[in-house]
Amino acid sequence: MSDLSIFLDEVWIARFALLKGLGVTVSISLLSILVGSALGVLVGLCLTYGHPVVRLIVRAYTDFVRGTPVLVLVLASYYILSTVGIDLGPFQAGVLALSVFCSSHVGEIVRGALQAVPHGQTEAAKAIGLTFGQTFTSVLWPQALRQVLPTWVNTAAEMVKASTLLSVIGVAELLLRTQEIISRNFLSLQFYFLAGFLYFVINYGIERLGKYVERKTAVPS
Amino acid sequence: MGYTLNFAAVWRSFDDLLLGLLLSLQLAIVSLLIGAVIGLAVAFALTGGPVWVRRPAGFYVTLIRNLPILVLVLFTYFALPQLGLRLDKISSFVATLSIYSGAYLAEVFRAGLLMVPNGLREAGLAIGLTPMQIRFSIVMPLMFRNVLPSLSSTMISLFKDTSLAAAIAVPELTFEARKINVESFRVVEVWIVASGLYVATCAVLAALMRLVERRLSVPR
Repeated sequence: MSDLSIFLDEVWIARFALLKGLGVTVSISLLSILVGSALGVLVGLCLTYGHPVVRLIVRAYTDFVRGTPVLVLVLASYYILSTVGIDLGPFQAGVLALSVFCSSHVGEIVRGALQAVPHGQTEAAKAIGLTFGQTFTSVLWPQALRQVLPTWVNTAAEMVKASTLLSVIGVAELLLRTQEIISRNFLSLQFYFLAGFLYFVINYGIERLGKYVERKTAVPS
Repeated sequence: MGYTLNFAAVWRSFDDLLLGLLLSLQLAIVSLLIGAVIGLAVAFALTGGPVWVRRPAGFYVTLIRNLPILVLVLFTYFALPQLGLRLDKISSFVATLSIYSGAYLAEVFRAGLLMVPNGLREAGLAIGLTPMQIRFSIVMPLMFRNVLPSLSSTMISLFKDTSLAAAIAVPELTFEARKINVESFRVVEVWIVASGLYVATCAVLAALMRLVERRLSVPR
């Protein structure tokens, strides 16, 4: 049997494990993107319009999260939560860590976008008698969103890449499945290649999507 | 709940953490330097090279930027020996991180190169400089000044990425923290101190880069 047919045989044997791993990878990424973005928009709002005390606390939170490696966030979340008696499985703890990581990213993106809206717009809105709520929902946010969207799509690729770190705490996502398969058949080169290929396809797809959104949301000049 | 903090075990092994941090910094610095050389070459290839250089350079950047770094780390250490390329843990990690950072730095440098006005290159040609002289004495200094802010954030994320070396048992900060974690069970304390060390180092790096930026900024 040639090397290639041995590899293809092994892929066929491992097909369900690989698919399940891929499914877990996708769910981790989606969940942490959703939770992280909701949290992140809140962080961005606090950073831009918050009371100085709130702003200080949220700033400390983002700086702390951004200064810590994601792997450390994952490990800390997993070990600390179980120690202080909050019973979360590795999956939940991992998703929590990635959401926190995502929230700090999205928070900075939202803050940057809101601050990039010229101040004159707020003044103009005030001049025609809009409340702050109205100014925000119909003047500031639509303009900020245009800036946020492309970067936000790319954050999705960031989360897919970060999801591999959950293999370290034993979440059976694609990378851990790959490692398990390799420990059975020792085809490390081929199977790491396969995993890398799958991750590349997903992330490249997201990158193209980001470029597309960027073109669509660009201000016509 | 009802967990009482006790840092004694962590302070006992604090030297190990510091040695780990030192190794993390060394890994980051060496990879940054090699990565910068790769990134610079790739950026020049992307902005002015012939098609047969530009294509592979673009492929390298796209490929690496869309792969999770943990997969690259494991691939280099566990899969390359199958091709007869056997590296020890540290060189394997440094090689991975250099190639990884090279792709990100290439993008940073490319953006910086595009910001250098073309008139300056033409002015260089007009006073009779060779293309190499123009590159080294006009374009590169200006590019460096342009890219300092993004260089600083790439540097910091590179430093944080050294934590991935724990996955192949390189005794850097995260690895040492996990070791103390396993030995002492002072889980909360270990991770508070370890992430504190990361945050502090990142803050120092950011402050240093801001200082450099201020020093090199265009006088107005």
